[in-house]
Amino acid sequence: MTSTIPDQEIGRARLRKEDARLITGRTRWTDNLVLNGMLHLAMVRSPVAHARITNIDTSTARSMPGVLAVYTGADLADEQGSLPCAWVITPDMKAPPAPSLATGTVHFAGEAVAVVVARTAYEAADAASTVDVDYAELPVVLDMPTAVADGADLVHPDLGTNISAVWAFDSGEAGTGGDVEEAIAAAEVLIERTYRQQRLVPAFMEPRSVVVDPTGEQFTMWSATQIPHILRLMLALTLGVPEHKVRVIAPDVGGGFGGKLQVTPEEVITFLVARRMGKPAKYTESRTESVQSAHHGRDQIQKLTLAARRDGTVTGLKVELLADMGAYLRLVTPGVPILGAFMFGGVYKFPAYKFVCTNVFTNKTPTDAYRGAGRPEATFAIERMMDELAAELGIDPMAVRERNWIKHEEFPFVTVCGLTFDSGNYEAATTRATELFDYDGLRAEQARRRASGDPVQLGVGISTFTEMCGIAPSRVLGSLNYGAGGWEHAAIRMLPSGKVEVVTGSSAHGQGHETAWSQIVADQLGVPFEDVEIIHGDTQSSPKGLDTYGSRSLTVGAIAVVKAADKVVAKARMVAAHLLECAESDLDFAGGSFTVRGTETSTTIQDISLAVFAAHNLPDGMEPSLDSDATFDPENFSFPHGTHLCAAEVDTETGRVRIRSYVCVDDVGKVVNPLIVDGQVHGGLAQGIAQALYEEAVHDESGTLTTASFADYLLPSAVDLPSFTTDRTETPATTNPLGVKGVGEAGTIASTPAVVNAIVDAVRHLGVTDIEMPCTPMRVWRAINAGGAK
Amino acid sequence: MRITVNVDGTTYTDDVEPRLLLVHYLRERLGKVGTVVGCDTSNCGACTVHLDGHSVKSCSVLAVQADGGEVTTIEGIARDGQLHPVQQAFHDNHALQCGFCTPGMIMQSIDLLADHPDPDETEIRHGIEGNLCRCTGYQNIVRAVRQAAQQMRPGAGPAAEQISDRAAHTVGGE
Repeated sequence: MTSTIPDQEIGRARLRKEDARLITGRTRWTDNLVLNGMLHLAMVRSPVAHARITNIDTSTARSMPGVLAVYTGADLADEQGSLPCAWVITPDMKAPPAPSLATGTVHFAGEAVAVVVARTAYEAADAASTVDVDYAELPVVLDMPTAVADGADLVHPDLGTNISAVWAFDSGEAGTGGDVEEAIAAAEVLIERTYRQQRLVPAFMEPRSVVVDPTGEQFTMWSATQIPHILRLMLALTLGVPEHKVRVIAPDVGGGFGGKLQVTPEEVITFLVARRMGKPAKYTESRTESVQSAHHGRDQIQKLTLAARRDGTVTGLKVELLADMGAYLRLVTPGVPILGAFMFGGVYKFPAYKFVCTNVFTNKTPTDAYRGAGRPEATFAIERMMDELAAELGIDPMAVRERNWIKHEEFPFVTVCGLTFDSGNYEAATTRATELFDYDGLRAEQARRRASGDPVQLGVGISTFTEMCGIAPSRVLGSLNYGAGGWEHAAIRMLPSGKVEVVTGSSAHGQGHETAWSQIVADQLGVPFEDVEIIHGDTQSSPKGLDTYGSRSLTVGAIAVVKAADKVVAKARMVAAHLLECAESDLDFAGGSFTVRGTETSTTIQDISLAVFAAHNLPDGMEPSLDSDATFDPENFSFPHGTHLCAAEVDTETGRVRIRSYVCVDDVGKVVNPLIVDGQVHGGLAQGIAQALYEEAVHDESGTLTTASFADYLLPSAVDLPSFTTDRTETPATTNPLGVKGVGEAGTIASTPAVVNAIVDAVRHLGVTDIEMPCTPMRVWRAINAGGAK
Repeated sequence: MRITVNVDGTTYTDDVEPRLLLVHYLRERLGKVGTVVGCDTSNCGACTVHLDGHSVKSCSVLAVQADGGEVTTIEGIARDGQLHPVQQAFHDNHALQCGFCTPGMIMQSIDLLADHPDPDETEIRHGIEGNLCRCTGYQNIVRAVRQAAQQMRPGAGPAAEQISDRAAHTVGGE
């Protein structure tokens, strides 16, 4: 058999394999699942943010048509355990019990207090509306500065404080840099600012849904989750169910953005109900329930002090954070601000840094990971501060950045936080971005509009960002007291016909793993792209994994795939040498064929796969299998970077902002599929721009979330966003064999400060130095009119 | 109440509660789970189908209102194993990631192209304003609709796939 050498797959804009089912409506969403005898759940949720439950009357609900049971927190108290928090950031961190169904007291509006079990979803919802709960309201804690003040009302009185933990990093103490207080004392220029990272809703489009099928002692859970493997382990640990009796399946999952990186109350409740009833049970949330009870993101107050010389050289940065945990600590809630701790330095190389984060409880929906998780907040802070420094000194903001950033010849570079940035070229990305943007032309137009007093002013915003991606090195995670490692697993099964099954622990919810992994395996094994099938998202068929978050799939998961493929090739080489009667070292492997060097004699990996299946003529002692598995644990994070430029028009009479152009040049290292990379960037930009301009989860003074639906929470539509100009530079990562860095979060991390910098730049001459996000017309107008008095 | 509805070319007669939403009728009674529910305020458009040739958000229509009508869902627009040009364009332009909004987005785009056979970017953005996507930033969706418009213009392909008058409104309907 001969085979033609396939073209290089890595780098090709392959159309996605996943699309076939998604564009025809044959998708496997959890809510599509129907099992014989399946029961439907509806939650009764607290309308108040903090109250003792004095009575729950379920009698009417129990008598409603189709209702089989109603359970309260008291009913499940002995078996529901406490929802897990896997990131104990300090030894003395305070963590309240986190019941899935509230017992005794509710701590945020939207918390589940009872569950109705009925034959249909309509019947369950009808009955849930009749459950009568009496609440004795308690003082609500909503504002972080108030929460940490002496004598504050307490979210959890048993803890004696609203402070969960204080976590600090000081480069002087760590030996990675100097003393920031000395830098501040010696500063020629001090910039002090306070920025607010508003609370956001991840707003994945598919509402969360869970189905549990109890069969004997076995439990199968389908869930719209990013983390089937972690969920399985956490269910076992939380509920005391033997791990090997639980199977978790994440079928097609409709977006996550960190919002489905969670072990949810609803998953636990559905599990317990299914176990009690001995019947399959399903719960699918409404969007309003989702916005109230699925975790939120961001919500920090950042107090920043930047020290510099008058030539623009930064000499130190001090960061004092208040981070809102909400009412409970969910899976990685406390660690989200810590992920940002190492990113406040951005791409710059100043010598002194101090970070102190105070994690605070409030009577609000718990927070946790949302796209970028800690790093967008940090990037926003440093990129806004660089603009403020430039303005203070009267220097072009790009020039200030160039003065301070790490030069391409300085890599690898150990930052003031102790991270080793392996590679990067900020100059190249910036040069390309300014070309595409017409930076000088826009600056000239800005000057003209200022001079003429045009009511529509133009601003230019810069974000020269980096991020730490590929949340993995297990040792590093261990040093930060994270509760697990960060490796990823893969397995490859060579089928007798030469087709290939690839098992990956990293499961997708829109990222296109099935396509990208197929491209990688096609290159590694020299097989056609079409011959590769990717298996993921089921703890039975892909038994090991640490799942999908932190832009880790490609930089960790795909490298495990490469390692597994290397092992397949090594085994196949032994067989090839045996069949071709030569030494292994005489064989060249390329394009799926082993060729005896200097001859025309060759055999393909497909032929070898069949020969191994037949097992008639294998080397003595060799087991008849080419299959392999591999687990990869990188030694470092990856550090994508890029230069994002935003031109914004601000109508000074109405406060309305229009993004006129947005250019970004990202360096995500080696690109596997440019189509997918561009798509990830587009979507990331949309979310980052939405933080700058549109989105905010707002609570009223009673703790009610007033933006609890898509009618009130402004998810941008197509008319709210511009077209983006995207391009790339390619500086390979040096820490993995593909040179990849990850792209899932870049757009979100980079874009928010670019937009706000542009808006402030447009109206800075009117006395404006900051506008709180989201920069709504009202906020912009007020800022102009407050500052414009001069 | 008893209703008779033609969905994707098949006629169904069912007794339904008057309050049953069309989207729940499609999903739970007919097993047409290609159409999905993304919100409860008719903002997201994930449930968009065609009712008598016009796009509707099927979470905002009662099943009984569809009595005697023709409904076309994402499951009914491919023909003889051939994707509808808008489906093909979404694939070709990477206009979907997680794919949850995609059925509604495709159905709305078909409706848009019936009204505006040659839409510019602004017309496309306004035409899909009622359909939310959280993954793509809409850029590739806009590209896909543009490409579909090119392929569906008169003379560009099989007659059934061309836009002429308001023919697209009946695409997939029987």
